[in-house]
Amino acid sequence: MIFDYNVVLDSLPLYFAGVLVTLKLLVIALVFGLALAVPLGLMRVSKQPVVNFPAWLYTYAIRGTPMLVQLYLLYYGLAQFEAVRASVLWPYLSNATFCACLAFAINTSAYSAEILAGSLKTIPPGEIEAAKAVGMSRFKLYRRILLPSALRRALPQYSNEVIMMLHTTSLASVVTLIDITGAAKTVSSQYYLPFEAYITAGLFYLGLTFILVRLFKLAERRWLAYLAPRKA
Amino acid sequence: MYKLEVQDLHKRYGNHEVLKGVSLAAKAGDVISIIGSSGSGKSTFLRCINLLEQPHAGKILLNGEELKLVPNKDGALKAADPKQLQRMRSRLSMVFQHFNLWSHMSALDNVMEAPVHVLGMDKQAAREKAEHYLAKVGVAHRKDAYPAHMSGGEQQRVAIARALAMEPEVMLFDEPTSALDPELVGEVLKVMQDLAQEGRTMVVVTHEMGFAREVSNQLVFLHQGLVEERGCPKEVLANPQSDRLKQFLSGSLK
Repeated sequence: MIFDYNVVLDSLPLYFAGVLVTLKLLVIALVFGLALAVPLGLMRVSKQPVVNFPAWLYTYAIRGTPMLVQLYLLYYGLAQFEAVRASVLWPYLSNATFCACLAFAINTSAYSAEILAGSLKTIPPGEIEAAKAVGMSRFKLYRRILLPSALRRALPQYSNEVIMMLHTTSLASVVTLIDITGAAKTVSSQYYLPFEAYITAGLFYLGLTFILVRLFKLAERRWLAYLAPRKA
Repeated sequence: MYKLEVQDLHKRYGNHEVLKGVSLAAKAGDVISIIGSSGSGKSTFLRCINLLEQPHAGKILLNGEELKLVPNKDGALKAADPKQLQRMRSRLSMVFQHFNLWSHMSALDNVMEAPVHVLGMDKQAAREKAEHYLAKVGVAHRKDAYPAHMSGGEQQRVAIARALAMEPEVMLFDEPTSALDPELVGEVLKVMQDLAQEGRTMVVVTHEMGFAREVSNQLVFLHQGLVEERGCPKEVLANPQSDRLKQFLSGSLK
Protein backbone atom coordinates (compact mmCIF):
# COMPACT_ATOMS: atom_id res chain seq x y z
CA MET A 1 0.00 0.00 0.00
CA ILE A 2 1.26 3.46 -0.83
CA PHE A 3 0.23 6.35 1.40
CA ASP A 4 -0.85 9.27 -0.77
CA TYR A 5 0.79 12.27 0.90
CA ASN A 6 -0.18 14.67 -1.85
CA VAL A 7 -3.87 14.24 -1.25
CA VAL A 8 -3.36 14.92 2.44
CA LEU A 9 -1.21 17.98 1.76
CA ASP A 10 -3.65 19.35 -0.78
CA SER A 11 -6.56 19.02 1.60
CA LEU A 12 -4.82 20.53 4.64
CA PRO A 13 -6.69 23.85 4.27
CA LEU A 14 -9.95 21.92 4.45
CA TYR A 15 -8.75 20.17 7.62
CA PHE A 16 -7.64 23.42 9.27
CA ALA A 17 -11.02 24.96 8.50
CA GLY A 18 -12.43 21.81 10.11
CA VAL A 19 -10.29 22.33 13.21
CA LEU A 20 -11.82 25.78 13.60
CA VAL A 21 -15.34 24.35 13.33
CA THR A 22 -14.50 21.60 15.82
CA LEU A 23 -13.03 24.10 18.29
CA LYS A 24 -15.98 26.44 17.87
CA LEU A 25 -18.44 23.62 18.61
CA LEU A 26 -16.35 22.45 21.55
CA VAL A 27 -15.93 25.87 23.17
CA ILE A 28 -19.58 26.85 22.79
CA ALA A 29 -20.76 23.49 24.11
CA LEU A 30 -18.39 23.65 27.09
CA VAL A 31 -19.19 27.24 28.06
CA PHE A 32 -22.95 26.79 27.98
CA GLY A 33 -22.71 23.23 29.27
CA LEU A 34 -20.73 24.29 32.32
CA ALA A 35 -22.99 27.28 32.96
CA LEU A 36 -25.92 24.83 33.04
CA ALA A 37 -24.00 22.21 34.99
CA VAL A 38 -23.35 24.40 38.05
CA PRO A 39 -27.01 24.95 38.98
CA LEU A 40 -27.86 21.38 37.98
CA GLY A 41 -25.02 20.00 40.11
CA LEU A 42 -26.22 22.06 43.06
CA MET A 43 -29.77 20.78 42.54
CA ARG A 44 -28.45 17.22 42.46
CA VAL A 45 -27.06 17.50 45.99
CA SER A 46 -30.23 19.04 47.41
CA LYS A 47 -32.11 17.02 50.01
CA GLN A 48 -35.41 18.47 48.78
CA PRO A 49 -37.04 16.06 46.31
CA VAL A 50 -38.76 18.90 44.41
CA VAL A 51 -35.35 20.40 43.70
CA ASN A 52 -33.36 17.22 43.26
CA PHE A 53 -35.81 15.20 41.16
CA PRO A 54 -35.99 17.43 38.05
CA ALA A 55 -32.20 17.57 37.89
CA TRP A 56 -31.99 13.82 38.42
CA LEU A 57 -34.51 13.21 35.63
CA TYR A 58 -32.63 15.55 33.30
CA THR A 59 -29.23 13.96 33.83
CA TYR A 60 -30.76 10.48 33.69
CA ALA A 61 -32.52 11.16 30.39
CA ILE A 62 -29.49 12.80 28.79
CA ARG A 63 -26.97 10.28 30.03
CA GLY A 64 -29.33 7.44 29.27
CA THR A 65 -29.62 8.14 25.54
CA PRO A 66 -26.93 8.24 22.86
CA MET A 67 -25.64 11.62 21.74
CA LEU A 68 -26.41 10.77 18.12
CA VAL A 69 -30.07 10.09 18.93
CA GLN A 70 -30.32 13.43 20.76
CA LEU A 71 -28.77 15.25 17.82
CA TYR A 72 -31.09 13.59 15.29
CA LEU A 73 -34.10 14.39 17.48
CA LEU A 74 -33.15 18.05 17.68
CA TYR A 75 -32.14 18.57 14.09
CA TYR A 76 -34.47 16.25 12.16
CA GLY A 77 -37.11 15.29 14.70
CA LEU A 78 -38.32 18.74 15.72
CA ALA A 79 -38.72 19.84 12.12
CA GLN A 80 -41.59 17.39 11.82
CA PHE A 81 -43.85 19.65 13.89
CA GLU A 82 -45.70 22.50 12.24
CA ALA A 83 -45.66 24.46 15.51
CA VAL A 84 -41.87 24.32 15.60
CA ARG A 85 -41.55 25.39 12.00
CA ALA A 86 -43.92 28.28 12.61
CA SER A 87 -42.23 29.40 15.81
CA VAL A 88 -39.76 32.25 16.25
CA LEU A 89 -37.12 29.66 17.10
CA TRP A 90 -37.24 28.02 13.68
CA PRO A 91 -34.42 30.07 12.14
CA TYR A 92 -32.24 28.71 14.92
CA LEU A 93 -33.59 25.17 15.03
CA SER A 94 -33.17 24.75 11.28
CA ASN A 95 -29.54 25.77 11.58
CA ALA A 96 -27.16 22.82 11.85
CA THR A 97 -24.50 24.67 13.84
CA PHE A 98 -27.07 25.88 16.35
CA CYS A 99 -28.58 22.41 16.75
CA ALA A 100 -25.20 20.76 17.13
CA CYS A 101 -24.08 23.31 19.75
CA LEU A 102 -27.36 22.98 21.62
CA ALA A 103 -27.25 19.18 21.61
CA PHE A 104 -23.60 19.11 22.73
CA ALA A 105 -24.15 21.71 25.44
CA ILE A 106 -27.12 19.79 26.82
CA ASN A 107 -25.17 16.56 26.71
CA THR A 108 -22.06 17.84 28.45
CA SER A 109 -24.15 19.75 31.03
CA ALA A 110 -25.65 16.47 32.25
CA TYR A 111 -22.31 14.71 32.59
CA SER A 112 -20.62 17.75 34.14
CA ALA A 113 -23.49 18.19 36.59
CA GLU A 114 -22.98 14.64 37.86
CA ILE A 115 -19.22 15.18 38.14
CA LEU A 116 -19.82 18.38 40.12
CA ALA A 117 -22.45 16.75 42.32
CA GLY A 118 -20.05 13.90 43.11
CA SER A 119 -17.36 16.41 43.96
CA LEU A 120 -19.73 18.45 46.18
CA LYS A 121 -20.67 15.34 48.13
CA THR A 122 -17.08 14.53 49.02
CA ILE A 123 -16.32 17.83 50.76
CA PRO A 124 -15.24 17.05 54.32
CA PRO A 125 -18.20 17.89 56.60
CA GLY A 126 -15.80 19.61 59.01
CA GLU A 127 -15.05 22.31 56.45
CA ILE A 128 -18.78 23.01 56.14
CA GLU A 129 -19.13 23.18 59.93
CA ALA A 130 -16.22 25.58 60.15
CA ALA A 131 -17.92 27.84 57.60
CA LYS A 132 -21.20 27.74 59.52
CA ALA A 133 -19.40 28.35 62.81
CA VAL A 134 -17.89 31.63 61.59
CA GLY A 135 -21.38 32.81 60.65
CA MET A 136 -21.48 32.30 56.89
CA SER A 137 -24.89 32.36 55.25
CA ARG A 138 -25.88 29.44 53.03
CA PHE A 139 -25.17 31.52 49.95
CA LYS A 140 -21.67 32.47 51.19
CA LEU A 141 -21.03 28.87 52.18
CA TYR A 142 -21.70 27.75 48.61
CA ARG A 143 -19.95 30.62 46.90
CA ARG A 144 -16.83 30.75 49.06
CA ILE A 145 -16.31 27.19 50.28
CA LEU A 146 -18.37 24.50 48.58
CA LEU A 147 -18.21 25.53 44.92
CA PRO A 148 -14.55 26.62 44.80
CA SER A 149 -13.54 23.44 46.55
CA ALA A 150 -15.78 21.17 44.47
CA LEU A 151 -14.89 22.75 41.13
CA ARG A 152 -11.20 22.32 41.86
CA ARG A 153 -11.53 18.71 42.86
CA ALA A 154 -13.69 18.04 39.80
CA LEU A 155 -10.88 19.12 37.45
CA PRO A 156 -9.30 15.72 36.74
CA GLN A 157 -12.66 14.14 35.98
CA TYR A 158 -13.79 17.17 34.04
CA SER A 159 -10.70 17.03 31.83
CA ASN A 160 -11.87 13.56 30.84
CA GLU A 161 -15.30 14.92 30.02
CA VAL A 162 -13.78 17.68 27.86
CA ILE A 163 -11.74 15.17 25.88
CA MET A 164 -14.80 12.97 25.39
CA MET A 165 -16.65 16.08 24.25
CA LEU A 166 -13.93 16.87 21.71
CA HIS A 167 -14.46 13.45 20.17
CA THR A 168 -18.23 13.77 20.41
CA THR A 169 -18.13 16.89 18.23
CA SER A 170 -17.25 14.58 15.35
CA LEU A 171 -20.97 13.74 15.27
CA ALA A 172 -21.56 17.23 13.88
CA SER A 173 -20.46 15.83 10.55
CA VAL A 174 -23.68 13.84 10.29
CA VAL A 175 -25.74 17.03 10.33
CA THR A 176 -23.83 18.49 7.37
CA LEU A 177 -21.13 20.42 9.28
CA ILE A 178 -17.57 20.32 7.98
CA ASP A 179 -15.58 19.82 11.17
CA ILE A 180 -12.41 17.69 11.21
CA THR A 181 -14.41 14.51 10.62
CA GLY A 182 -16.53 16.34 8.03
CA ALA A 183 -13.34 17.33 6.21
CA ALA A 184 -12.16 13.73 6.30
CA LYS A 185 -15.49 12.58 4.90
CA THR A 186 -15.23 15.08 2.06
CA VAL A 187 -11.66 14.07 1.23
CA SER A 188 -12.53 10.41 1.46
CA SER A 189 -15.38 10.64 -1.01
CA GLN A 190 -13.53 12.96 -3.34
CA TYR A 191 -10.45 10.79 -3.80
CA TYR A 192 -11.70 7.38 -2.64
CA LEU A 193 -8.89 7.31 -0.09
CA PRO A 194 -10.61 6.71 3.23
CA PHE A 195 -7.45 5.57 5.00
CA GLU A 196 -5.52 8.77 4.24
CA ALA A 197 -8.58 10.89 4.95
CA TYR A 198 -9.39 9.43 8.36
CA ILE A 199 -5.85 8.87 9.58
CA THR A 200 -5.26 12.58 9.01
CA ALA A 201 -8.42 13.40 10.97
CA GLY A 202 -7.20 11.10 13.74
CA LEU A 203 -3.86 12.92 13.90
CA PHE A 204 -5.63 16.25 14.25
CA TYR A 205 -7.73 14.91 17.12
CA LEU A 206 -4.60 13.53 18.75
CA GLY A 207 -2.95 16.94 18.50
CA LEU A 208 -5.97 18.71 20.01
CA THR A 209 -6.19 16.13 22.79
CA PHE A 210 -2.53 16.65 23.59
CA ILE A 211 -3.10 20.40 23.92
CA LEU A 212 -6.16 19.87 26.14
CA VAL A 213 -4.29 17.46 28.39
CA ARG A 214 -1.44 19.97 28.80
CA LEU A 215 -3.91 22.76 29.58
CA PHE A 216 -5.59 20.69 32.28
CA LYS A 217 -2.20 19.75 33.72
CA LEU A 218 -1.44 23.45 34.06
CA ALA A 219 -4.84 24.13 35.56
CA GLU A 220 -4.38 21.34 38.08
CA ARG A 221 -0.97 22.64 39.05
CA ARG A 222 -2.52 26.06 39.59
CA TRP A 223 -5.74 25.09 41.39
CA LEU A 224 -5.06 21.69 42.88
CA ALA A 225 -1.68 22.42 44.41
CA TYR A 226 -3.19 21.87 47.83
CA LEU A 227 -3.75 18.19 47.06
CA ALA A 228 -0.26 17.65 45.67
CA PRO A 229 2.48 16.19 47.86
CA ARG A 230 4.36 18.84 49.79
CA LYS A 231 7.36 20.28 47.97
CA ALA A 232 10.52 20.80 49.99
CA MET B 1 -23.18 40.80 83.17
CA TYR B 2 -22.34 37.48 81.60
CA LYS B 3 -20.65 37.26 78.22
CA LEU B 4 -22.15 33.88 77.57
CA GLU B 5 -25.03 32.28 79.35
CA VAL B 6 -26.45 28.86 78.62
CA GLN B 7 -29.51 27.85 80.60
CA ASP B 8 -30.90 24.38 81.11
CA LEU B 9 -29.85 22.87 77.81
CA HIS B 10 -31.46 19.59 76.76
CA LYS B 11 -30.54 17.48 73.79
CA ARG B 12 -31.48 13.99 72.69
CA TYR B 13 -30.72 11.71 69.79
CA GLY B 14 -33.88 9.74 69.21
CA ASN B 15 -34.83 8.43 72.66
CA HIS B 16 -31.35 8.79 74.06
CA GLU B 17 -31.02 11.92 76.19
CA VAL B 18 -27.50 13.26 75.85
CA LEU B 19 -27.95 16.51 77.77
CA LYS B 20 -30.43 16.61 80.64
CA GLY B 21 -30.33 20.28 81.54
CA VAL B 22 -26.86 21.75 81.51
CA SER B 23 -26.22 25.39 82.38
CA LEU B 24 -23.12 27.51 82.17
CA ALA B 25 -22.30 31.18 82.61
CA ALA B 26 -19.08 32.90 81.60
CA LYS B 27 -18.08 36.40 82.64
CA ALA B 28 -15.55 38.35 80.63
CA GLY B 29 -12.15 36.73 81.04
CA ASP B 30 -13.46 33.46 82.36
CA VAL B 31 -11.79 30.30 81.16
CA ILE B 32 -14.12 27.37 81.71
CA SER B 33 -12.91 23.83 81.23
CA ILE B 34 -15.47 21.12 80.60
CA ILE B 35 -14.26 17.63 81.39
CA GLY B 36 -15.91 14.25 81.39
CA SER B 37 -15.59 10.81 79.90
CA SER B 38 -16.52 10.00 76.31
CA GLY B 39 -20.26 10.11 75.84
CA SER B 40 -20.80 12.46 78.77
CA GLY B 41 -22.18 15.04 76.33
CA LYS B 42 -19.44 17.64 76.65
CA SER B 43 -18.77 18.07 72.91
CA THR B 44 -22.47 18.02 72.16
CA PHE B 45 -23.00 20.74 74.75
CA LEU B 46 -20.35 22.95 73.16
CA ARG B 47 -21.74 22.36 69.68
CA CYS B 48 -25.23 23.28 70.86
CA ILE B 49 -23.99 26.71 71.94
CA ASN B 50 -23.47 27.82 68.33
CA LEU B 51 -26.21 25.55 67.04
CA LEU B 52 -24.01 23.16 65.09
CA GLU B 53 -26.23 20.72 66.99
CA GLN B 54 -29.83 21.58 67.67
CA PRO B 55 -30.83 21.42 71.32
CA HIS B 56 -34.36 20.40 72.32
CA ALA B 57 -34.75 22.91 75.12
CA GLY B 58 -32.77 25.66 76.74
CA LYS B 59 -31.66 29.25 76.33
CA ILE B 60 -28.49 30.70 74.88
CA LEU B 61 -27.54 34.31 75.55
CA LEU B 62 -24.53 36.16 74.22
CA ASN B 63 -23.82 39.49 75.90
CA GLY B 64 -27.36 39.46 77.24
CA GLU B 65 -28.89 38.96 73.80
CA GLU B 66 -31.00 35.84 73.65
CA LEU B 67 -30.75 33.62 70.57
CA LYS B 68 -34.32 33.25 69.37
CA LEU B 69 -35.21 29.60 68.92
CA VAL B 70 -38.23 27.87 67.44
CA PRO B 71 -38.97 24.14 67.28
CA ASN B 72 -38.68 22.42 63.90
CA LYS B 73 -40.84 19.46 62.93
CA ASP B 74 -38.95 16.81 64.89
CA GLY B 75 -38.95 18.87 68.07
CA ALA B 76 -35.38 20.19 68.01
CA LEU B 77 -34.84 23.92 68.27
CA LYS B 78 -33.56 25.93 65.33
CA ALA B 79 -32.82 29.60 64.99
CA ALA B 80 -35.92 31.69 64.37
CA ASP B 81 -33.88 34.23 62.48
CA PRO B 82 -30.92 32.93 60.42
CA LYS B 83 -29.44 36.44 60.34
CA GLN B 84 -29.32 36.59 64.13
CA LEU B 85 -27.72 33.16 64.28
CA GLN B 86 -25.05 34.15 61.73
CA ARG B 87 -24.32 37.33 63.66
CA MET B 88 -24.02 35.47 66.95
CA ARG B 89 -21.88 32.73 65.42
CA SER B 90 -19.51 35.34 64.05
CA ARG B 91 -18.93 36.53 67.64
CA LEU B 92 -18.49 32.99 68.98
CA SER B 93 -15.43 31.53 67.31
CA MET B 94 -14.96 27.80 67.44
CA VAL B 95 -11.80 25.72 67.31
CA PHE B 96 -12.37 22.09 66.33
CA GLN B 97 -10.75 18.82 67.27
CA HIS B 98 -9.88 18.12 63.64
CA PHE B 99 -8.94 21.73 62.82
CA ASN B 100 -11.39 21.90 59.89
CA LEU B 101 -9.30 24.36 57.92
CA TRP B 102 -10.55 24.99 54.40
CA SER B 103 -8.25 22.73 52.44
CA HIS B 104 -8.20 24.71 49.20
CA MET B 105 -7.00 27.90 50.90
CA SER B 106 -3.57 28.82 52.21
CA ALA B 107 -3.13 29.48 55.92
CA LEU B 108 -3.35 33.22 55.32
CA ASP B 109 -6.53 32.89 53.22
CA ASN B 110 -8.08 30.69 55.89
CA VAL B 111 -7.57 33.41 58.48
CA MET B 112 -8.68 36.25 56.16
CA GLU B 113 -11.75 34.52 54.83
CA ALA B 114 -14.34 35.23 57.51
CA PRO B 115 -13.24 38.78 58.40
CA VAL B 116 -13.54 39.73 54.72
CA HIS B 117 -16.58 37.71 53.71
CA VAL B 118 -18.59 37.60 56.92
CA LEU B 119 -17.65 40.83 58.70
CA GLY B 120 -17.12 42.77 55.46
CA MET B 121 -13.67 43.96 56.48
CA ASP B 122 -11.41 45.63 53.96
CA LYS B 123 -8.97 43.13 52.37
CA GLN B 124 -5.81 44.99 53.28
CA ALA B 125 -6.87 45.41 56.90
CA ALA B 126 -7.87 41.74 57.06
CA ARG B 127 -4.50 40.70 55.67
CA GLU B 128 -2.66 42.72 58.31
CA LYS B 129 -4.84 41.29 61.04
CA ALA B 130 -4.35 37.75 59.71
CA GLU B 131 -0.58 38.18 59.58
CA HIS B 132 -0.64 39.60 63.10
CA TYR B 133 -2.51 36.62 64.51
CA LEU B 134 -0.52 34.06 62.54
CA ALA B 135 2.61 35.59 64.03
CA LYS B 136 1.04 35.57 67.47
CA VAL B 137 0.39 31.82 67.36
CA GLY B 138 3.83 31.25 65.85
CA VAL B 139 3.02 30.11 62.31
CA ALA B 140 3.73 33.30 60.33
CA HIS B 141 6.38 31.46 58.34
CA ARG B 142 3.75 29.01 57.08
CA LYS B 143 1.23 31.58 55.86
CA ASP B 144 1.37 30.49 52.22
CA ALA B 145 1.20 26.78 53.01
CA TYR B 146 -1.92 24.72 52.41
CA PRO B 147 -3.38 22.86 55.40
CA ALA B 148 -2.43 19.44 54.01
CA HIS B 149 1.20 20.56 53.93
CA MET B 150 1.30 21.51 57.61
CA SER B 151 1.71 19.46 60.77
CA GLY B 152 -1.30 18.97 63.03
CA GLY B 153 0.05 21.44 65.55
CA GLU B 154 0.58 24.06 62.87
CA GLN B 155 -2.90 23.47 61.50
CA GLN B 156 -4.49 23.84 64.90
CA ARG B 157 -2.59 27.07 65.54
CA VAL B 158 -3.76 28.41 62.17
CA ALA B 159 -7.29 27.43 63.22
CA ILE B 160 -6.84 29.39 66.45
CA ALA B 161 -5.59 32.39 64.44
CA ARG B 162 -8.67 32.03 62.24
CA ALA B 163 -10.86 32.13 65.33
CA LEU B 164 -8.97 35.11 66.79
CA ALA B 165 -9.20 37.14 63.58
CA MET B 166 -12.95 37.41 64.15
CA GLU B 167 -12.23 39.27 67.44
CA PRO B 168 -14.83 37.02 69.10
CA GLU B 169 -16.59 37.69 72.39
CA VAL B 170 -16.18 34.08 73.43
CA MET B 171 -14.00 31.32 72.01
CA LEU B 172 -15.21 27.73 72.03
CA PHE B 173 -12.60 24.96 71.93
CA ASP B 174 -13.78 21.44 71.13
CA GLU B 175 -11.02 19.08 72.30
CA PRO B 176 -8.39 21.14 70.49
CA THR B 177 -5.48 18.83 71.30
CA SER B 178 -7.13 15.42 71.05
CA ALA B 179 -6.12 14.82 67.43
CA LEU B 180 -2.50 15.84 67.95
CA ASP B 181 0.63 13.81 68.51
CA PRO B 182 1.79 14.10 72.13
CA GLU B 183 4.79 16.26 71.23
CA LEU B 184 2.55 18.76 69.39
CA VAL B 185 0.03 19.13 72.21
CA GLY B 186 2.30 21.47 74.13
CA GLU B 187 2.62 24.09 71.40
CA VAL B 188 -1.17 24.40 71.12
CA LEU B 189 -1.74 24.48 74.89
CA LYS B 190 0.89 27.21 75.20
CA VAL B 191 -1.00 29.37 72.70
CA MET B 192 -4.25 28.76 74.59
CA GLN B 193 -2.60 29.63 77.88
CA ASP B 194 -1.39 32.95 76.41
CA LEU B 195 -4.92 33.70 75.24
CA ALA B 196 -6.30 32.96 78.70
CA GLN B 197 -3.73 35.25 80.28
CA GLU B 198 -4.67 38.18 78.08
CA GLY B 199 -8.23 37.91 79.33
CA ARG B 200 -10.06 36.15 76.52
CA THR B 201 -13.29 34.44 77.46
CA MET B 202 -12.97 30.77 76.63
CA VAL B 203 -15.00 27.60 77.00
CA VAL B 204 -12.77 24.57 76.53
CA VAL B 205 -13.80 20.95 76.24
CA THR B 206 -10.64 19.09 77.08
CA HIS B 207 -8.95 15.97 78.30
CA GLU B 208 -5.88 17.91 79.41
CA MET B 209 -6.16 17.91 83.20
CA GLY B 210 -3.02 20.02 83.48
CA PHE B 211 -4.58 22.73 81.38
CA ALA B 212 -7.88 22.51 83.25
CA ARG B 213 -6.13 22.89 86.60
CA GLU B 214 -3.52 25.51 85.76
CA VAL B 215 -5.20 27.72 83.18
CA SER B 216 -8.95 27.67 83.70
CA ASN B 217 -10.74 29.40 86.56
CA GLN B 218 -13.86 27.25 86.41
CA LEU B 219 -14.22 23.55 85.98
CA VAL B 220 -17.34 21.68 84.92
CA PHE B 221 -17.47 17.91 85.20
CA LEU B 222 -20.17 16.41 83.02
CA HIS B 223 -21.46 12.93 83.58
CA GLN B 224 -24.27 11.31 81.60
CA GLY B 225 -25.64 14.63 80.46
CA LEU B 226 -25.63 16.35 83.84
CA VAL B 227 -23.20 18.60 85.68
CA GLU B 228 -21.88 16.31 88.37
CA GLU B 229 -19.51 18.81 89.91
CA ARG B 230 -18.32 22.35 89.22
CA GLY B 231 -16.15 24.96 90.83
CA CYS B 232 -12.60 26.19 91.14
CA PRO B 233 -10.43 23.70 89.21
CA LYS B 234 -7.71 23.38 91.84
CA GLU B 235 -10.20 22.62 94.61
CA VAL B 236 -12.40 20.34 92.58
CA LEU B 237 -9.49 18.35 91.21
CA ALA B 238 -7.73 18.11 94.56
CA ASN B 239 -10.92 17.32 96.46
CA PRO B 240 -13.47 15.61 94.26
CA GLN B 241 -16.76 15.15 96.10
CA SER B 242 -18.64 12.72 93.88
CA ASP B 243 -17.68 9.11 93.31
CA ARG B 244 -17.96 9.62 89.57
CA LEU B 245 -15.35 12.36 89.48
CA LYS B 246 -13.06 10.41 91.82
CA GLN B 247 -13.34 7.46 89.50
CA PHE B 248 -12.78 9.63 86.40
CA LEU B 249 -9.73 11.31 87.90
CA SER B 250 -8.15 8.11 89.11
CA GLY B 251 -7.94 7.12 85.46
CA SER B 252 -6.67 10.37 84.03
CA LEU B 253 -4.99 12.63 86.58
CA LYS B 254 -1.34 13.13 85.84
